[in-house]
Amino acid sequence: METLTFLLWQLVRFAIFLAVALAVTFPFLYAVLAAGERGEEDRSPAGLFWRGMFWLVVGLIVLVAVFPFYYAILSSLETGTALFRVNYLPESFNLANYRDVLTRPAFVRAVGNSVFVATITVIAALILAVTASYALARVRFRGRGLLLMTILAVSMFPQIAVLSGLYELINWLGLYNTPWSLILSYTIFTLPFTVWVLTTFMRDLPIEIEEAAIMDGASPWIIITRVFMPLLWPALVTTGLLAFIGAWNEFLFALTFTISENQRTVPVAIAIFTGASVQEIPWGPIMAASVLVTVPLIVLVLVFQRKIVAGLTAGGVKG
Amino acid sequence: MANIQLRNVVKAFGAAKVIKGVDLEIRRGEFMVFVGPSGCGKSTLLRLIAGLETITSGDLLFDGERMNSVLPSKRGIAMVFQSYALYPHMTVYENMAFGMKLAGASKEELDARVRRAARMLQIDHLLERLPRQLSGGQRQRVAIGRAITRDPRVFLFDEPLSNLDAALRVATRLEIAKLHHEMRDVTMIYVTHDQVEAMTLADRICVLRDGRVEQVGTPAELYDHPANLFVAGFIGSPRMNFIEGPIAAEHGCATLGVRSEHLDLVSEEEGTWTGRVVHAEDLGSDNYLFVDMGLSEPVIVRQPGKVAVAMGEQVWLRPQPGRLHRFDGNGQPIPVPMAAE
Ligand SMILES: Nc1ncnc2c1ncn2[C@@H]1O[C@H](COP(=O)(O)OP(=O)(O)OP(=O)(O)O)[C@@H](O)[C@H]1O
Ligand SMILES: [Mg+2]
Repeated sequence: METLTFLLWQLVRFAIFLAVALAVTFPFLYAVLAAGERGEEDRSPAGLFWRGMFWLVVGLIVLVAVFPFYYAILSSLETGTALFRVNYLPESFNLANYRDVLTRPAFVRAVGNSVFVATITVIAALILAVTASYALARVRFRGRGLLLMTILAVSMFPQIAVLSGLYELINWLGLYNTPWSLILSYTIFTLPFTVWVLTTFMRDLPIEIEEAAIMDGASPWIIITRVFMPLLWPALVTTGLLAFIGAWNEFLFALTFTISENQRTVPVAIAIFTGASVQEIPWGPIMAASVLVTVPLIVLVLVFQRKIVAGLTAGGVKG
Repeated sequence: MANIQLRNVVKAFGAAKVIKGVDLEIRRGEFMVFVGPSGCGKSTLLRLIAGLETITSGDLLFDGERMNSVLPSKRGIAMVFQSYALYPHMTVYENMAFGMKLAGASKEELDARVRRAARMLQIDHLLERLPRQLSGGQRQRVAIGRAITRDPRVFLFDEPLSNLDAALRVATRLEIAKLHHEMRDVTMIYVTHDQVEAMTLADRICVLRDGRVEQVGTPAELYDHPANLFVAGFIGSPRMNFIEGPIAAEHGCATLGVRSEHLDLVSEEEGTWTGRVVHAEDLGSDNYLFVDMGLSEPVIVRQPGKVAVAMGEQVWLRPQPGRLHRFDGNGQPIPVPMAAE
């Protein structure tokens, strides 16, 4: 009886949460849709109002998304007690934190490790995922649906659940405290998502193009590399970028599978920064280091975003 | 360049048999057209010949050589797909050259062949374009050009014109007919829904139904001497009129077939049958009159030129002598067409 009441209460709470969430998001959604529908030319009061709402929503989203990073940049330029005063506009421009960070050999070394680990992870994940998704999308075999579901299910496990098992595996392979332990575990964790996305993309590629290639004498390898890869380029860039970001920012595995200072990756290295005394957390250098390692990611996204050519497949088949 | 033989070919997808034992010989240099209702297995049969599907049982022979397990690219086949299937990221030139490049042809030979094929189809000014910069008709030409470049012994087409508009369809049909004349020793197999394409292009037509061959013959043979009721109804447009009941019994058959152009409008004294006009279609050159003779469906009469017949008017019909098709209860033809009386 008690459990029933409990369940009922949970249900009520959930319903309230859902109602509130909907009530909050719906006007936003509506504003966006209405603004899109009316277009730029509409000069009527209603049109101006909805356009205003639209930009308000966009502004809000940008604010929420960007503020933490903005605050990190502000803090990274401050030292001493200035760090602990709350301010929203730049007050000082002091590069001491950056100098501090860049002269820590452990940090520089960690950046190198991170670049290596993330790059190899992306390459490994993409090669494996492209071949696997080709099989999943195109080769008919028994249990294909089940396999796809399993793959997706794997990506739902929390990291902590597989930590001890993975640790055993890495020990057994003799990879403990090497970058390869991280490459292995990151690849395992990125693959499901990457395979899933690429499989969806590959399924949408017209089968006739592949059959034409078969008639032209292309082997599966040639089909993948010369026909599919160029068409899947946008999907590859997107999933590759996500894999890179995942590997770059990962903390738990990096903390568990590496022990010596010269094997650490950036997130762990930053977390164990030491200040002047044991009690002091060196917020300044931490912020500076965070900014330093985030900038390459932003640059990567901006560079590749321009390369993602939409509608590349248009024209190959009818229409 | 190849004589193709199918011997008791069967194709099953899992438990579903789609091709149920096909025996067929396609002669060297012949233009063979597969027709049949949707889902009868035309595409599947074509894909079996191409090697895109594996044959469940039976034999496929090219010039007497068994092809069942030969790779598609090693069979000397080129295929033109309904949806063109051009490589979107390659230029027209690269599209056409891809197969030969994979086969390891020299640059000079490859270039010569691509340019020759492009000239043949008048697409030489498009070679540097991407498929998405072409019109539908141009894309289909490129697809055909890609097939020609490979210099195949067998050409396969799966409804290549069905995505084109009516005018382009006629133009491209002529193009394909021309191609057939220029490449006299290349065997061509062509799948279509379109009666006109089948009748005009084919040396011989193969009518399929439900995974089986119903009849193989020249267009004239199929038109004039259908092997059964199904072929009689399938070939020809408008469909052959089928008359059952007392009139058929009079002629000693279960179903009497007569094509619309073999019925004449005559005066009351000369008329054999009579009925009322319930509908008329004026196609400009021809008139189709739908005459209700009290049967389950109106009988269609084709009259050249203009005819002034009012809706609901009573008309008298006379079938042309020797043009009646008689079928027994099993849909088999009864030989010696009776002269109409
Ligand atoms: N890969 C497949 N798996 C299972 N069944 C299939 C497969 N391909 C075709 N079929 C079935 O085989 C039958 C014949 O298909 P096919 O495509 O050959 O017909 P078709 O004569 O070309 O029809 P249409 O004129 O509509 O193109 C259909 O019932 C179809 O559902
Ligand atoms: Mg078909």
